[in-house]
Amino acid sequence: MNILAYLIPISLILGTLGLGFFVWTLRSNQYDDPEGDAQRILSDTYDDRPKQD
Amino acid sequence: MTATSSLSACPACVAAPAAEALAEAEAAPKDAHIMLSLPTIHCAACLSKVEAALNADPRVQSARVNLTAKRVAIDAAPETDPAEMISRITDAGFEAHELDATALSATTTDQAGRDLLMRLAVAGFAAMNVMLLSVAVWSGAEGATRDLFHWISAAIVIPATGFAALPFFRNAWRALRVGSLNMDVPISLAILLAIGTSLWETALSGEHAYFDAAITLTFFLLTGRYLDHRTRSVARSAAEELAALEVPRAWRVSDAGEKQVPVAELAAGDLIRVRPGGRLPVDGIVTEGHSELDRSLLTGETRPVAAAPGMAVSAGEVNLTGPMTVRATAVGRDSSLARMADLVAVAESGRSNYTSLADRAAKLYAPGVHILSALAFLGWLLWAGDLRVALNIAAAVLIITCPCALGLAVPAVTTAASGRLFRRGLLIKDATALERLAEVDTVVFDKTGTLTAGDPTPGDLSHITRRDLGIARALAEGSAHPLSRALALRLAEMGIPAVADLDDRRELPGFGAEATWQGRPVRLGRAGWVGAEAGDGTEAWLRIGDGDPLRIPFYDAMRDGAREAVAGLQKMGLHVALVSGDTAPAVARCAAELGIEDWQAGALPADKAARIQAFGTKGARVLMVGDGLNDTGALAAAHASLSPASALDAARVASDIVLLGNSLAPLPEAVSTARRAVRRIRENFTIATWYNIIAVPLAVAGLCSPLIAALAMSASSITVSLNALRLR
Repeated sequence: MNILAYLIPISLILGTLGLGFFVWTLRSNQYDDPEGDAQRILSDTYDDRPKQD
Repeated sequence: MTATSSLSACPACVAAPAAEALAEAEAAPKDAHIMLSLPTIHCAACLSKVEAALNADPRVQSARVNLTAKRVAIDAAPETDPAEMISRITDAGFEAHELDATALSATTTDQAGRDLLMRLAVAGFAAMNVMLLSVAVWSGAEGATRDLFHWISAAIVIPATGFAALPFFRNAWRALRVGSLNMDVPISLAILLAIGTSLWETALSGEHAYFDAAITLTFFLLTGRYLDHRTRSVARSAAEELAALEVPRAWRVSDAGEKQVPVAELAAGDLIRVRPGGRLPVDGIVTEGHSELDRSLLTGETRPVAAAPGMAVSAGEVNLTGPMTVRATAVGRDSSLARMADLVAVAESGRSNYTSLADRAAKLYAPGVHILSALAFLGWLLWAGDLRVALNIAAAVLIITCPCALGLAVPAVTTAASGRLFRRGLLIKDATALERLAEVDTVVFDKTGTLTAGDPTPGDLSHITRRDLGIARALAEGSAHPLSRALALRLAEMGIPAVADLDDRRELPGFGAEATWQGRPVRLGRAGWVGAEAGDGTEAWLRIGDGDPLRIPFYDAMRDGAREAVAGLQKMGLHVALVSGDTAPAVARCAAELGIEDWQAGALPADKAARIQAFGTKGARVLMVGDGLNDTGALAAAHASLSPASALDAARVASDIVLLGNSLAPLPEAVSTARRAVRRIRENFTIATWYNIIAVPLAVAGLCSPLIAALAMSASSITVSLNALRLR
């Protein structure tokens, strides 16, 4: 059972990383225009003026 | 959460009918930030075309399209004209309307929604981890391993709930401080007690810990809150967008010439130029110019009123024919438009008495839950004499009875129902509007602009010869007056050619058009000017030389779907009434055409509100459908209210539901959807109650393990959500 000493912290750290990533996406306004972002990736022109704020 | 994604706001595309009517090409003063609504964009190509078109202008610093909200935000050099930006987009093949950026400020930063989403994410993360640990305990971990898992769970759950469940704690505290109970009190108590007893159990290396229950409870309840918030913010942003489409500007005349200023900057005594087609921004007195005014939004009367210098005019009236200059006597809050709002405030205080189904359930539920768990605690304390066992039982009872399913029961249904109605073109603005709409048994319609389209159509023309009609067409063509335009259009449809030999045609704003034809004067216009006796109803008169004046009657065309809506509502067994400020013959004809037996004409705004209240005192629950300022009092007094998107801002503010399309046809379906939604809410309450009836005895008897609690809680929440989804 000693393996638990490694596995539990590893799983928690990975989970926290995921949560932190989500918080970052939320903070950087990535849910303001989900449809537009989904469509922009299909356009072959480079998005040279991405939204800044 | 996928259920809500299709709800994502596209208020612009549904607001388009309103925009067509309202967005006049108005040039703006200094405006570096321009916001435009783009109702027709839908793909990557549209998006890059619009941005490319705008960025081609050297003054544009940046243009960014938001496809979800169907808007474009433009940062441009000062003095850039929004009208030019609009024409650039129109040239690229898209529809665009200017939005008032200040009216939209609330939608751009939805702080509350983001905050809830963050808490939801934290609760979800913690719940998943703790559940994994709990599975190990349920499948038989023992001794030191179990204790270790419990301690880790505690380490995750305590900070997580401390952050995620904060809204519940805050609400509960607010309620307790004023000595009342709400749904959040048992929720907070259950979460805190579950964590407290579990900590104690863990310290004594006991078998049962409810950390997982505490955090999943928080997660499910936050889901309900988030759904609720989203439904409301989508409706709010669409409503705001409708308001933002009316950019309030006016032309002020001063010694330096005419200048366009925001309406808010006008003061009493200012001279204001009102062009044909424009709405009067202030109360005032005409100083210059002859014209006709459309007062239908204020009084419901369809017949235009002549305006001449010296006449008092009120804000909200529409100038029809000639340009006028008006000296403002009352602006902003003092204008008659704003005084109407006071009528709304008075009437609205009556409606706030409505208690929603959820609140009524909470009122029964919250005390019941506390009494039950207190009794279980005391019973076990007396019977077993063990504080630890008694506290454990009390926590189990609170967790089991906690209104997890109840917290989801209402928001899940309202989300599904408003989403369904939104796709049919109905915007639910108020949280309890669906429930109130479901109770309605009487529908009162306004006539002008609601049942009728507000556009006049010529009536019977058989008493006029083809030659005279040809003269009429020649006179009517080229005039901007709505009656002339309608007449010219009808005559063109009838295939009557305009006479060619008309000389000296000129238009006298406020009176009509005249010319000479084969040496004889011909006139088309108002009764008094042509030399005829004015009749009742909307009309124009034609006179050739010294001949008798010929009457051209006009009636208001029905709005799309009015017939279907009235018939559908009557078929559902609802009483349909028509209350209008227009003249009796016009109202009678409209009522007869639609099959409405109960009608009233010549009603003043106060009469309308009184009529609604009279229905109310008789025990009827009234749905008021209206669009004018004269309806606002009635809209606010009614049990539920609906207005078309073409209505004035004040009327839309006063109503619970806004009809976004042009057709009234979705009305019966709205009522039936609301009824189905309320039925689902009741079903959900029944499901939640049954689940309690089965699980509570187990909890009181001390047979409820954390595993059973977790299973029961998830099962009931999922059942309730699925039942709600059947509405879509």
